Amino acid sequence: MNPVGFPLLTAVTFFPLAGAVMLLFLPRAKEESLKRAALVISLVEFVISLPLFIWFDEGAAGMQFAERVPWISEWGVSYSIGIDGISLLLVLLTTFLTVLCILSSWRAVERMVKEYLIAFLILETGMIGVLVSLDLILFYVFWEVTLIPMYLIIGVWGGPRRIYAAIKFFLYTMAGSVLMLVAILALYFLNGKATGEYTFDLLKLYQAGLPATTQYLMFAAFALAFAIKVPMFPFHTWLPDAHVEAPTAGSVILAGILLKLGTYGFIRFAIPLFPVAAFKAIPIISVLALIGIIYGALVSMMQEDLKKLVAFSSVSHLGFVMLGMFAFNVQGVQGSIYQMLNHGVSTGALFLIVGMVYERRHTRLIADFGGLARVMPVFATFFMIVALSSIALPGTNGFVGEFLILLGAFKANPVYGILGATGVILAAAYMLWMFQRVMFGAITHEENRALKDLNLREIVTLIPIIVLIIWMGVFPKFFFKKMDLSVQNFLYDVKARYESATAPSGAGQGASPATEEVPGSKVDSTIGVKE
Amino acid sequence: MIDLVWLIPLFPAVGFLFNGLIGKWLDLDKRVVGSVACTALGLSFLFSILIFFSLLKLPPEARAAVPDKVLFDWIVSGDFKTVIGYKVDPLSIVMALVVSGVSFFIHVYSVGYMHDDPGFTRYFAYLNLFVFMMLTLVLANNFLLMFVGWEGVGLCSYLLIGFWFERDAPANAGKKAFVVNRVGDFGFLLGIFLIFAHLGTVGFNEVFAKAPSLDTATVTLITLMLFVGAAGKSAQIPLYVWLPDAMEGPTPVSSLIHAATMVTSGVYMIARCHLLYSMAPISMAVVAIVGAATALYAASMGLLQFDIKRVLAYSTISQLGYMFLAVGVGAFSAGIFHLMTHAFFKGLLFLGAGSVMHAMSGELDMRKMGGIWKRVPITFLTFLVATLAIAGIPGFSGFFSKDEILWQAFSSNHGHLYLWVVGAVAAGMTAFYMFRLLFVTFLGPCRASEEVKKHIHESPPIMTIPLMVLALLSVIGGYVGIPHILGGRNFFHEFLAPVLGGAPQGTEHAAFSLVRPVFASGGAAVGEGVNMELLLMGVSVAVAIIGICIAFYLYIWKTEVPKRLGERFKTIYTIVFNKYYVDEIYEVCFVNSTKKLGTFLWRRFDDGVVDRSVNLVAELMAWLGSVLRRIQTGYVQSYALGIILGAVIIIIFLIR
Repeated sequence: MNPVGFPLLTAVTFFPLAGAVMLLFLPRAKEESLKRAALVISLVEFVISLPLFIWFDEGAAGMQFAERVPWISEWGVSYSIGIDGISLLLVLLTTFLTVLCILSSWRAVERMVKEYLIAFLILETGMIGVLVSLDLILFYVFWEVTLIPMYLIIGVWGGPRRIYAAIKFFLYTMAGSVLMLVAILALYFLNGKATGEYTFDLLKLYQAGLPATTQYLMFAAFALAFAIKVPMFPFHTWLPDAHVEAPTAGSVILAGILLKLGTYGFIRFAIPLFPVAAFKAIPIISVLALIGIIYGALVSMMQEDLKKLVAFSSVSHLGFVMLGMFAFNVQGVQGSIYQMLNHGVSTGALFLIVGMVYERRHTRLIADFGGLARVMPVFATFFMIVALSSIALPGTNGFVGEFLILLGAFKANPVYGILGATGVILAAAYMLWMFQRVMFGAITHEENRALKDLNLREIVTLIPIIVLIIWMGVFPKFFFKKMDLSVQNFLYDVKARYESATAPSGAGQGASPATEEVPGSKVDSTIGVKE
Repeated sequence: MIDLVWLIPLFPAVGFLFNGLIGKWLDLDKRVVGSVACTALGLSFLFSILIFFSLLKLPPEARAAVPDKVLFDWIVSGDFKTVIGYKVDPLSIVMALVVSGVSFFIHVYSVGYMHDDPGFTRYFAYLNLFVFMMLTLVLANNFLLMFVGWEGVGLCSYLLIGFWFERDAPANAGKKAFVVNRVGDFGFLLGIFLIFAHLGTVGFNEVFAKAPSLDTATVTLITLMLFVGAAGKSAQIPLYVWLPDAMEGPTPVSSLIHAATMVTSGVYMIARCHLLYSMAPISMAVVAIVGAATALYAASMGLLQFDIKRVLAYSTISQLGYMFLAVGVGAFSAGIFHLMTHAFFKGLLFLGAGSVMHAMSGELDMRKMGGIWKRVPITFLTFLVATLAIAGIPGFSGFFSKDEILWQAFSSNHGHLYLWVVGAVAAGMTAFYMFRLLFVTFLGPCRASEEVKKHIHESPPIMTIPLMVLALLSVIGGYVGIPHILGGRNFFHEFLAPVLGGAPQGTEHAAFSLVRPVFASGGAAVGEGVNMELLLMGVSVAVAIIGICIAFYLYIWKTEVPKRLGERFKTIYTIVFNKYYVDEIYEVCFVNSTKKLGTFLWRRFDDGVVDRSVNLVAELMAWLGSVLRRIQTGYVQSYALGIILGAVIIIIFLIR
């Protein structure tokens, strides 16, 4: 399955770490060179991740670029990695956003630049590791690896309440993951006892076929860990604190990638490992997602701090992601994955934008702004496009994701679709109101009169995002064709195992796979792509 | 030729990109920016005309069956598939002609009107973007692409209402328009979901081909949801509140977006979906009743306003009500006919109002005008033509279209006597408030300040020529649809018939047959029916003339009477003058309560409950730690005490 004959995926995963090691040997006084080196490393990383996209065979199901080496063979632990259409796009989003993060840190980070950059590069390896791991222990190691650099980024380079926020972030996430570790071990032993093969291999554990009650417990443990990470209502309160205190690039990567690890965890681990429990959890997850959508939007509307506003809007947007995923149909799941990317791009951009005004004014309170569109017209244009993407205007990326999610949710349960769609109205309200208070009106604070418009570096940071916003909105097929087969496969597999598990008891017919999900449609999509 | 339909929206898109990127970046000269924007529209208009004539060459039945021009796949996910594709048929080409034509003239006018505005380039970039979105809306071959245009025009409306964003009122109005429209779009979106869930497609051709398989309940739900969208975009009760505020935008924008084109999208959408609506009598009734109610209600609010543009805004809402009345009684082509004539005369009225503002140093309050007709003769004459047209005076375009609507409201299968009565009363009000506006603004003594008086001048030719063109259209635009009864052949209907079917002829209506005369079908009305149609026509003209006479009496002849009447009926006057306080009610019910809920959820619930409990867990741990820590005091005595106590407990335990 590896078309390159070269461990490309390993290279993509560990190149940032190697880069971090290289940075160790550079003198700490030369901050400018350190930044340049980190930028080059992240750019090279982005470039070497592109072949993954180009060489990814959209006509093949299953994992690609797979590598597998025994690691601790007596315990069945292996270094097993690979990507499918779902993780592929998230890996690219990671390498893409990291470049922008390093660019955006140019002026914002003033002390301990070296450590900061090293933390960032280690974080990148951790995040990619989570996305490519196909072994539960390997996954867990990477999962925890992401925590530490992020903890440091918030705790060292953060705002005034950084210690509180960092500890809250760390402990909250840790508490969730511990339960998941217990569940991973239980899964290992139960599967070993049943099949005689003790392994942490994810793809093999998919077939474990645990009894329903065991699945419920284990799903709960996994789901809690991921739900905290997403974060789903009511586990979201670490997020506003973390965002408010984190430096700009920390917020970008937190919103852009780290939260996606939670949603990705559902789709890669919690759901396919425990399909019976996952199907039973549809009402719970969907209702929590809907609460998240509406609640996040309502609370976001009243925020006085820009970063908090964006943080709560994230709660709302990730509610959409979860809603679509648990619709368990092609539109819902594809929309959900697309929305993960959209949220990474748009909310990442929103945090960059907030960071840009913060660097100028050292405040994030909405009341301290007003009338900026007059003094910063270029900034206003970028901000407007990003805000519109965030409220899912057709023609931008956000629309494609939210539309498919709501369509999928509506198909699964019209009530979910209708309630979810109200989030679209609220999003317009909170985003445009904020935009108006910051950008429009007369200038009420004299300090704002002398604000400088964006400089070249900032424009260069934002242009790729704007291009992506439009591109993903107008030509979504470019991305969809890569994930199409993986999603169909995921749904087919999960539903088949759910049904085979529930069929003997005669229960659970409610969610039988619709005809569209059978692999027959694979043929069409494959042909359609090759044309 | 027809295959080149995609060029029609492409030109303004290119104009937008050119002006928005290069124009702003290089700070190009206004002449360049204006020429690019107008040329883009001119080309769009030209291609619309060319395609119109290509279509005309085809035999009538083939005109509705031209294959869609599909550019590329857009969203493809599982069994869901949409394309970027355009549809050419008589309906869409009529819309494209109206949109590109009226837009072209308003663009030209804008070059003069916006000449001294520092945001000139931005203005034309937005205006081009708007036309691109509007043409996408009318030419789309599927619901989702139509929705792109639908929200796209909403965005441009937002940007252009809030064009002068440094003042609060335009910024607020823009936001209000966007959010209220989103409420409507929510309905539209649910309509699309329902269509897809039941038919598995969102392409117009496929949906309408499969529509007969839907049951009545489903199709009623679908059409009602789509109507929510239409009511938002086209400012019908209860979602009309954004349109009067939208007058904060530059006047040519009010003319183009908030009178001639965007606000009529809802009517177009229903006409496009006429097959669905025809299957859902309840939805038809709802559309007709809401339309009629809006026509009357908005007209009543227009009676007392003093702001020229506000009067015109309420008038627009009212006229849109007529169009919905038309499509609601199944007279789809009559609705589109009125949409077209309205685009001419209402576009003209707004441009005329802009010309008056231009002359009066930006004044909008008609109480500070008067007697200026000699100083602005072209503006006055063209305004008069448009006023006569909207009042429904025979010979002007509005007469033909409005009268057809009223007749259909009475005679169609879905019609009702009351619908006609409401429509006729609203027609009288329309004639009244329009002539009131005309009289107070242009005639009588001049009430402007001396400073303003000195500067009153006619607008430059770049503004008056579009006025004259639209005035010409406001007269002759109606002659494409002369009814059979007046000896015409109603070319407009004939042209639209392949898409919309023949207009519903006055066949016998089950429920309301008592006043209904009998007609022969096929348009050859005979006997009693002829008399009835002529009679109603006569009544509506009479009502209009009465309205004009009252306006003449109150505002030319006995100018002191209105004041007396206002004092006499103070309560009613105040309520109507304050637009029935609907804005205030909405503010309390929706805006404030949402904000309060948001604040409550944030302060009380999120901070007070959710986050508090997280921190409580942490505090509990800390407390447990501090309790356990106390055991480790470091004093040997207390450890010894512990040992002894422990030993005693063990001994007691052992000897028992």
